[in-house]
Amino acid sequence: MEARTAPAPTAQREAGVPAARGPRDRHRGGSLLDLGLNFYALLALVYLLVPIAVILVFSFNDPRGRFNFIWEEFSLDAWGDPFGVPGIREALVNSIEIAALSTLAATALGTLTALALVRYEFRGRAPINFFIFIPLATPEVVLGAALLSLFLNNAVATGFGTIVIAHIMFSLSFVIITVRSRLIGFDRSLEEAAQDLGATPWQTFRLVTLPLIMPGVLSAALLAFALSVDDFVITNFNAGSTVTFPLFIWGAARVAVPPQIYVIASMIFLFTLAMMLLTVWQQRRAERMAAVRSEPEEA
Amino acid sequence: MRQGGEGSAEPSVRLDGVTKRFGDFTAVRDLKVDIPRGQFFTMLGPSGCGKTTTLRMVAGFEEPTEGRVLLDGEDVTDRPAFRRSTNTVFQNYALFPHLSVERNVAFGLQRRKVDKAEIRRRVSDELERVGLAAEAKRRPAQLSGGQQQRVALARALVNRPAVLLLDEPLGALDLKLRKQLQVELKRIQREVGITFVYVTHDQEEALTMSDRIAVMNRGAIEQVADPEAVYERPATTFVAGFIGVSNLMPGEVVSANGAATELRLDAGPTVRTAESGGARRGERAHAVVRPEKLVLRPAGDFADDGRASVEGQVESSLYMGTATQMMVRLADGTRMTVLVPNVDVDARRRLPSPGDPARLSWSDENIHIVREAMA
Repeated sequence: MEARTAPAPTAQREAGVPAARGPRDRHRGGSLLDLGLNFYALLALVYLLVPIAVILVFSFNDPRGRFNFIWEEFSLDAWGDPFGVPGIREALVNSIEIAALSTLAATALGTLTALALVRYEFRGRAPINFFIFIPLATPEVVLGAALLSLFLNNAVATGFGTIVIAHIMFSLSFVIITVRSRLIGFDRSLEEAAQDLGATPWQTFRLVTLPLIMPGVLSAALLAFALSVDDFVITNFNAGSTVTFPLFIWGAARVAVPPQIYVIASMIFLFTLAMMLLTVWQQRRAERMAAVRSEPEEA
Repeated sequence: MRQGGEGSAEPSVRLDGVTKRFGDFTAVRDLKVDIPRGQFFTMLGPSGCGKTTTLRMVAGFEEPTEGRVLLDGEDVTDRPAFRRSTNTVFQNYALFPHLSVERNVAFGLQRRKVDKAEIRRRVSDELERVGLAAEAKRRPAQLSGGQQQRVALARALVNRPAVLLLDEPLGALDLKLRKQLQVELKRIQREVGITFVYVTHDQEEALTMSDRIAVMNRGAIEQVADPEAVYERPATTFVAGFIGVSNLMPGEVVSANGAATELRLDAGPTVRTAESGGARRGERAHAVVRPEKLVLRPAGDFADDGRASVEGQVESSLYMGTATQMMVRLADGTRMTVLVPNVDVDARRRLPSPGDPARLSWSDENIHIVREAMA
């Protein structure tokens, strides 16, 4: 019965395209166009996700030889022993430590900078608003080389510390821009209400401002983490003898590409995905809270 | 500190020559007001008159450019909002969207490190008072506008501030709910005995709720008086025009002494009142009379009852249910609004029609003299 009354969604499901709207509120002419649009969107999605799918699939491969490039047979060996390649564990630990530290620092620094830029009128505000875009527009090679010469000229030994500094630097702009967009349109009377009720400026920030901009801060942190974990170019200039995961892959690829690299890459991808879903969920929740219901008054 | 000694002579709020300038713009000019403890004090005026800025200076959100703010005799001019014994009900309520109703209300008590059990008791008492006990666990966004307003009120009142500041708290609500909450607010104010400083542009709201009203215009107070005096004896033409409908008849002061003032109206007759409104002999002034205090008759139907009267022509007649509003144009061009109560059908039938000549009369005790401008 259902199949007879609503044939359109069935046809769509067969074509592998999710129904965008219910069948009733769509005109006949629009149906074909919608289908075309959905198919087009699907293609774009495939284009984006195929490389990642390849990594996931090849992490289960059991390659002949040292290069995991040709599919042979399914195996859980690499997942069972992800650190079975010498040096890979150290590289991953380095990457995670660097990402954690630089994310923490860049998020804290960037959030406060965004607050200052949105909240206060001060000399130099306009130039700063402009300057924060410069690192985004500068080629990474230039940034990496410039940082290296800065460190060398000041006799700073490159290594773990300089990588962290470099990562904080290039994450900062992203954090500022993300948090700033959340702060614009923030209802200042909420902060006045907190102070009115006896909250000191610090308590006001901790109990009202921060919880309300948290979704923005979390997105910013996630972005900073992802940027740090996968950075190669700038890191390569400033790493000294420290090896991060991307540097490890680059070094290893000349002699071997074991499936473990795909396993770790998959892990990083899945972790990022989980964090993203968490952020989206958090954001939805925040929006629900802020939404003011406009229903008729009860008498 | 929160609640100063009962019956002390110090006013709850004192504004001592307070001025606030934003750049070249003077928002508030040299305000001097004392608000006694427990009074429902209203600042009334059109938007941009400086009433909200004044409230924000009492709360501590704005710093006066000049002058001092005193709470219970204590100079708090340099004290930030979080160290003042005032609480505010904001126009948009400013409820914390990430906290439940209960935690919104508890916010102030928690900042003051009140004992946990005590907080729980006072929060639930306060929610009971505003009729929201059942909504304690909900978020503000899940409440209706009227309920949010009550949460905002509870959140401020639970702290038992020395002064409660209310910035157009009913402005966002529909008429019926507004009327209901007006009564509720007044009841709560009597119950808790806290000084209320209330900001509104709604003259009816001000008249029904206030013990005393300050009518503000362009950053200055035009008159401070109780509702009856503000309505019956407006001090300036602005007050006369802003509060209700007023008829202003221009004229010249022909005599003024302690006992009586005589104003010769441009429209003809001379009115005589006991008070002068500060007007001096030879000055231009206005006679103010409310529409409901004028008597309208057809021009021919004039009985000499010793009351002053003036002739004009009816321009329009508007039936409004309980009364009929007539517009009458006097000889000097002044337009007068007359409100004729619809007592019986017969009286209505005798009213002149638009275009007819008519005579307006009044008794001089209902006339009030107002100078052209404040000194």
